[in-house]
Amino acid sequence: MTNLQSLEFFIPEIILVITVIASLITDLFLKKSKTDLIGWVLGIGLIVVALATINLSHVAPTTLFLDMIVIDPFSSFIKIIIIISTLLVIIASWNNNELSSYRKGEYFTLMGIMVLGLFLMASSIDIIMLYLSIEVVSIMSFILAGYLKLDTRSNEAALKYVIYGAFSSGLMLYGLSIVYGLTGSTNYFVIQASVVALDSSANPALVMGLLMILAGFGYKISAVPFHFWTPDVYEGSPITITAYLSVAPKAAGFAMIIRFFHQVFSDSYGLSASSIGSTDMPWPEIIGVLAVATMTLGNLVAIQQESIKRMLAYSSIAHAGYMMLALPVISIDAIEAIMVYLFVYLFMNLGAFFIVITVKNKTGGETFEDYKGLGWKMPFVGSAMTLFMLSLTGLPPTAGFVGKFYIFKTLIGAGNDYYWLVLAGGINSVISLYYYFHVVKVMFLDGKRSDKIEQPPAPMFGLLLMSAIPSLVLGLYWNPLISWVKESLIFYTQTL
Amino acid sequence: MENILSLLIWLPILGAIAVLFIPRDKENIIRYTSAAFTGVQFIVAIILWRKFEPENGSMQFMERLEWIPSLNISYILGVDGLSLPMVMLTAMLFFIGVFVSWNIDKAVKGYFALYLLLNAGVIGVFLSLDFFLFYIFWEIMLLPMYFLIGIWGGPQREYAAIKFFLYTLFGSVLMLIGILGLYFTCGKTFDILLIMERAPEALDGALWWGMSASKVIWVLLFIGFAIKVPVFPFHTWLPLVHVEAPTAISVLLAGILLKLGVYGIIRINYGIMPGEVWWFAGGLAFLGLVNVIWGGLCALAQTDLKKLVAYSSINHMGYSLLGMAAVVAAGAMNGGDLKAAQAGLSGAVFQMFNHGTISAMLFILVGVVYERAHHRKIDGFGGLASQMPIYTGVTALAFFAGLGLPGFSGFVSEAMCFIGAFPVFKTIVVLSTIGILLNAAYFLWAFQRIFFGELNVKYKDMAEINGLELFTVIPLAIITIFFGVYPRPYLDLIRATMDQIIEKIAFVANFASM
Repeated sequence: MTNLQSLEFFIPEIILVITVIASLITDLFLKKSKTDLIGWVLGIGLIVVALATINLSHVAPTTLFLDMIVIDPFSSFIKIIIIISTLLVIIASWNNNELSSYRKGEYFTLMGIMVLGLFLMASSIDIIMLYLSIEVVSIMSFILAGYLKLDTRSNEAALKYVIYGAFSSGLMLYGLSIVYGLTGSTNYFVIQASVVALDSSANPALVMGLLMILAGFGYKISAVPFHFWTPDVYEGSPITITAYLSVAPKAAGFAMIIRFFHQVFSDSYGLSASSIGSTDMPWPEIIGVLAVATMTLGNLVAIQQESIKRMLAYSSIAHAGYMMLALPVISIDAIEAIMVYLFVYLFMNLGAFFIVITVKNKTGGETFEDYKGLGWKMPFVGSAMTLFMLSLTGLPPTAGFVGKFYIFKTLIGAGNDYYWLVLAGGINSVISLYYYFHVVKVMFLDGKRSDKIEQPPAPMFGLLLMSAIPSLVLGLYWNPLISWVKESLIFYTQTL
Repeated sequence: MENILSLLIWLPILGAIAVLFIPRDKENIIRYTSAAFTGVQFIVAIILWRKFEPENGSMQFMERLEWIPSLNISYILGVDGLSLPMVMLTAMLFFIGVFVSWNIDKAVKGYFALYLLLNAGVIGVFLSLDFFLFYIFWEIMLLPMYFLIGIWGGPQREYAAIKFFLYTLFGSVLMLIGILGLYFTCGKTFDILLIMERAPEALDGALWWGMSASKVIWVLLFIGFAIKVPVFPFHTWLPLVHVEAPTAISVLLAGILLKLGVYGIIRINYGIMPGEVWWFAGGLAFLGLVNVIWGGLCALAQTDLKKLVAYSSINHMGYSLLGMAAVVAAGAMNGGDLKAAQAGLSGAVFQMFNHGTISAMLFILVGVVYERAHHRKIDGFGGLASQMPIYTGVTALAFFAGLGLPGFSGFVSEAMCFIGAFPVFKTIVVLSTIGILLNAAYFLWAFQRIFFGELNVKYKDMAEINGLELFTVIPLAIITIFFGVYPRPYLDLIRATMDQIIEKIAFVANFASM
């Protein structure tokens, strides 16, 4: 479709751009204390974007801008996840005391730009577009991670993030250029056709290129061994940004990986040998090992953390690992499982971070010590946190169980080669119980019944309800979610 | 009474919600509410029993609702001769447990809300006939148990709570893999009855990691259940958890939660993969022997009365395992001794029930003395017989029931397990009779040290067992004596179901040997 014709299907992004410009301009006229208003501008803009996205989600899949990006129900699904998490994080940002001494105008504007980048990440089918969208997201994340400019840890986070980000995107760009050199095209579908036709003399180059691309993707979803930036960045950033980084870019990152590997290298029953040329590399096993390493490392290091925020950072690495378990299979079932997981993960993980915000606003700390007896002092917060921890562990009847269940189901269904991944995933869930329930232990088992019961402030209360209710209800009845996921995949673009 | 089974499950959940809405200072109202909900549940269970048709060995009172159609998950409930007695036992013990917990004064509201949630989970496991539902109920039990032990338990409660949680979760994860394996091999369904029909054919020749799929799945499920039983070597969580748990929770743990493991093995492993019973029966009998001897020896070595009772549970569940292994007597190559198979399996199921009542009694009585003396050292008492004659009498009764004296129900079921297992596993049965000896030794020795000899001056003012406590023990004692003298009603209740299970297992074997 030509550029001009495409615009009609690009309305959500156009509205988003207008919203971002509106936020920038409004910010000029506001006093520092009034900059929360920009959050409203962005929030309302995003709701309109969501409506426009839903409106387009039933359009037959179309490629836009001369096959640069695609609009299909799959990308709409990911966009909705991104919008929900952004809206929740906006509300949380209003109530995050860390940010109270800064202007929030730029903060919300940058978030808006990041949403645009994430949208493009989820829908690009061209390696140039892919790279550009990743960079948009990364640069916004760097600034947001360092937003607390008076806090040295935040500065450290931003700097580390920039260095790692620059390095891995350099690697990835190199990998992409090799693939371009081999196939002569930047478009996924053309690449797919050319890769199949490659003869074996191209193997070393192809393997190199793929490994480098894998490194770039791995960085984005914080997979081992490209995860080193995660804990420091997550710890130093404002909590709201940590929460945001652990959910939205991950969703977009998985969408990007699914598109790239599924469209370029799979025959919809797994990463196929024929599509990866005759490279003789055990690709499913390589990704499987990376997945297992990611969750094991995430879990083992999470056990040793003193700070809950840092523990959640490692736990989010582990969760990336669980989702990666389905990547070696990469059938429609596997994509379905990852989509379900992303959706439930959004609520349980954001919920846990919202608790961290609530507690930090109250006590000023985020270590286990600050949570002592919380369950008795603030029963609602304690119970909500218990629910999030249960859900993150993956125990029924919570949403987290449903997510893991779909992943395991995919793997068992895919046959003998993948059973070891299920076993590894299962054992990791047991390990994760230990540190998740350490929080519960501190909240309820240590500490005494208190005479005064406190409730969190109303906005936090609402926010916690908004993440707790889906975390529980989706574990008991997830029919609407799964039919939505299935519908999104019917029109998943597989060919031009 | 169309949905009587759902009523049994949802009553306690409603009760838990009701308790949450009562202000936390109104402690007595919370207690009475819990008693009311469990009491009504018990009455419903009795109605169910009266309406149950014992001569019909299949599932009765079935309920079926669609839940998640895209995965073929349904809400299926049903009850048969295997689950009915367990449902009755659960309803009864949870009702009694409310009174055992009557004196708990720390966060009463939370305690009873969790208690009722636990109740729903346990009943749900016994009644659900959909694997997914079964698994959810199985896991729902963990969270209340974690808190009930961790908040209301003894000094080492935190460690005990997380150990229990990790151990059982590990088992459940293996179980989940097994369940998913069955789901895919048996045509993508979680319906247990459907899987039972399809599994023997579907699993035939299937390979997992180059091994027979049915054997791998059997082992995965077995470990999940064995941790609950607990079968040696998965038993190490039990003594610790028992010692740290509050009395009522120990009662429920020994009385019902351990039975979930045995129930699971008979319902799931035996029901779905009858062919593998032949392969595993020898191992099962051997594990039973180890449980009997190991549990007995450990019990003998204990200085803590509650730990002694905990190890006696391991010892007693060993008999049950032995009885379960005896079903292989029904096969043609073992002489086709249907009587022995019936005796063994019915004995195992009966033992499950009897241990439920007897160990509940024992734990309540340990709780009685602990509440007064604040310790449980067997050597720390002495001469209590003269101070507390009624307590001594009741404890004597419970101990004798525990050591399997004729006239008590435990004797009948243990004897049935032995009789059933003898034709096939002669050596093992002979060796496990040593267990009976150990059994008598640790109970009698403990009894002697606590009640006879000179009265420990520290306890010269110790109060006699009170009315509330007697109220919790007496019904259990009556049941124990009644079934000890006249076990027929119980055996009639389960016979048809047992015969069906045995028939299925025998059929597979005879078919194979032809």
